[in-house]
Amino acid sequence: MGGAVLDHRRAKGDGSEAAVRDQCSPQRSRALELPPQDAFGVLVDIPNCIGCRKCEFACQEAAGFAVPPIETFDDKSVFATDRRPQPHAYTTVNRYPNPAVPEKPVYVKANCLHCLEPACVSACLVGALRKSESGAVVYDAWKCMGCRYCMVACPFQIPTYEYDNALTPQVWKCDFCAESRSKNGGVPACVKICPNEALIFGRRGELLKLAHEKIRNHPGMYVDHIYGEHEAGGTSWLYLSSIPFESLGFVQLASIAPSRLTEMIQHGVFKHWMPPLALYGLLAIVMWLSRRTEEEKLGGRVAEPESVEEGVLV
Amino acid sequence: MTGREQSRPVVRKFLTPGVGVLLALITAGFAFAVYRFLFGLAAITNLDQQHPWGLWIAIDVATGVALAAGGFTTAALAYIFRREQFHAITRPALLTAMLGYTFVGIGLLADLGRYYNIWHPAWPTMWQGDSVLFEVGMCVMCYLIVLYVEFLPIVCERFVNDKRRPRLARFCVAVQHLVHRTMFLFIIAGVVLSCLHQSSLGNLMVIAPSKMHPLWFTPILSLLFLLSAVAVGFPMVIFESVYAAWALRLKPELDLLRSLARYVPVLLGVYIAFKVGDLLIRESHVYLADGSAQSVMFLSEVVFGLITPFVMFLSVRVRRSARWLLIASLLIVLGVALNRVNVFLTAYQPPYAVKAYFPSIGEFIVTAGLISALILLYRLVVTYFPVITQPVRARLT
Repeated sequence: MGGAVLDHRRAKGDGSEAAVRDQCSPQRSRALELPPQDAFGVLVDIPNCIGCRKCEFACQEAAGFAVPPIETFDDKSVFATDRRPQPHAYTTVNRYPNPAVPEKPVYVKANCLHCLEPACVSACLVGALRKSESGAVVYDAWKCMGCRYCMVACPFQIPTYEYDNALTPQVWKCDFCAESRSKNGGVPACVKICPNEALIFGRRGELLKLAHEKIRNHPGMYVDHIYGEHEAGGTSWLYLSSIPFESLGFVQLASIAPSRLTEMIQHGVFKHWMPPLALYGLLAIVMWLSRRTEEEKLGGRVAEPESVEEGVLV
Repeated sequence: MTGREQSRPVVRKFLTPGVGVLLALITAGFAFAVYRFLFGLAAITNLDQQHPWGLWIAIDVATGVALAAGGFTTAALAYIFRREQFHAITRPALLTAMLGYTFVGIGLLADLGRYYNIWHPAWPTMWQGDSVLFEVGMCVMCYLIVLYVEFLPIVCERFVNDKRRPRLARFCVAVQHLVHRTMFLFIIAGVVLSCLHQSSLGNLMVIAPSKMHPLWFTPILSLLFLLSAVAVGFPMVIFESVYAAWALRLKPELDLLRSLARYVPVLLGVYIAFKVGDLLIRESHVYLADGSAQSVMFLSEVVFGLITPFVMFLSVRVRRSARWLLIASLLIVLGVALNRVNVFLTAYQPPYAVKAYFPSIGEFIVTAGLISALILLYRLVVTYFPVITQPVRARLT
């Protein structure tokens, strides 16, 4: 068995192609090349998750971290505390009580949601974080200064930092298996290993269609809300749940990307470089005018160049 | 300048107990900084995955930039609006700004995980114009260059009459001449760059609306940062002048500071009006009554750091006395510093936080060391270069 893939052929073919283009593309594509509905994403069917933590194992293995044997991930005692992604652990599964069926707790996988308009990408001042064409938000440690503004900006609190590394600390976050998918195509490691179809990989538009269908066809099973459809301007990862998202540790967010406001302000202030230049010019005029009054004070020596000055000013 | 007074090096005993304290703090701060560079941020800071920014960003960077605003505000007043009587205070203000921004850079080095990449934003292939931090970084870098250029004539002035080194003297005359003729370009550029990055510094946190406490989060945070920087500029200069005069046993330029103080209630009043108006329009004042740590911090910022000194500056008695001027100015300085700490730390409430952030001893000591080093450098520079205006007669003693 394995995690589900929606329209596998298309996903695989275009996946490698688009992702290869990413790797070669010199531009930092802030704006998606693909329309959001065509970007790759994952639908997390939370009621299907059994908390086996196989995705944690597969993720660490795929990322090339030193990973303990798969049996260690059977340890259920870790659910006692809320675990968030860490350096060398891009994803974590947490357990939440189920008020409706107490003996059947709810498991939620946490990882980067790969926003359509990522705040971290907007925040990064050197372009070390970038939204790739296939939908992954990827990180380039070589460019990174380690300012950690991405961590301030991320509404989901996803990027983590290697504070204990003195020389080459990195920001660690899920990269949607971008590199391996670009080489071999296919699906992210967590989706591949998922034994219960809790993770479904595909085009975002199709995943949304499927999610709406599921809500429609199983009215008692899901709350009528697809987390990620609108949150923070929309995310590539989408979630379906049987109980309200607020009780599962999901943050409530506005449906507009947080970077919209800051970018609007910044690009407004620098529109065609006019506001800074206008301020420069205005100050120059003030400086020049006040010199004239100063000279007038000193004894009216300005009679001669006055006509010229007025000509310039008017 | 009146002719009776001019900017000259300050001839005073250097190794005072105060300087001893500074040296001790610098040594301690340096030791902790070395430890940080050897063993990483985790070794001495309390930063965690939920709190990526701490004391060093709030104080060394954000507050440092705000309190260096005396540089561009006095430059604008004395050179653009040509209130030429204020020329005497532009040099100390310029020195503070130059040292302040230099230490912003040094403080940032300690905080950056990959400090050796600090030049990356300046490299065209890595430019990222959507980033607010990019704008701040570029403007600060450019402004630092402007400040050094503006300070160059003061350095040259020391050597123009150096008869033992005639070639150096001639070179300095040439540099002075060149800089003097183009100075107006740099002065205006300094003001424009300051307006840009002082405001953008506030825009930084606007990208995290879901994490910011509503008392501080506002779309006009950048405007509030600009207005507060403009408002804190003159108080910072007044505080520094009175304090430096006391520490160096000089006579403070009280007449000048008094006339500078007349602008303070106006500039501060505009900031208070916008800050309070914004609070009311967003209807965030409801959070003031909840007794939370945030409400206490916000009220202390506004009541003790803005409204109290605003009322004080309106009083003639306060403006007449050097001591009261010092106290009122210090209140504004602390108020704006508290605002920066509040915006970057108090207001920041990340989801999934397991514990609140409070700076570690190491963070405090490094910050104290940096501030001490700044003060000591100020003392050194005024000893060797003509920065502070003194009566000409004192030269004979």
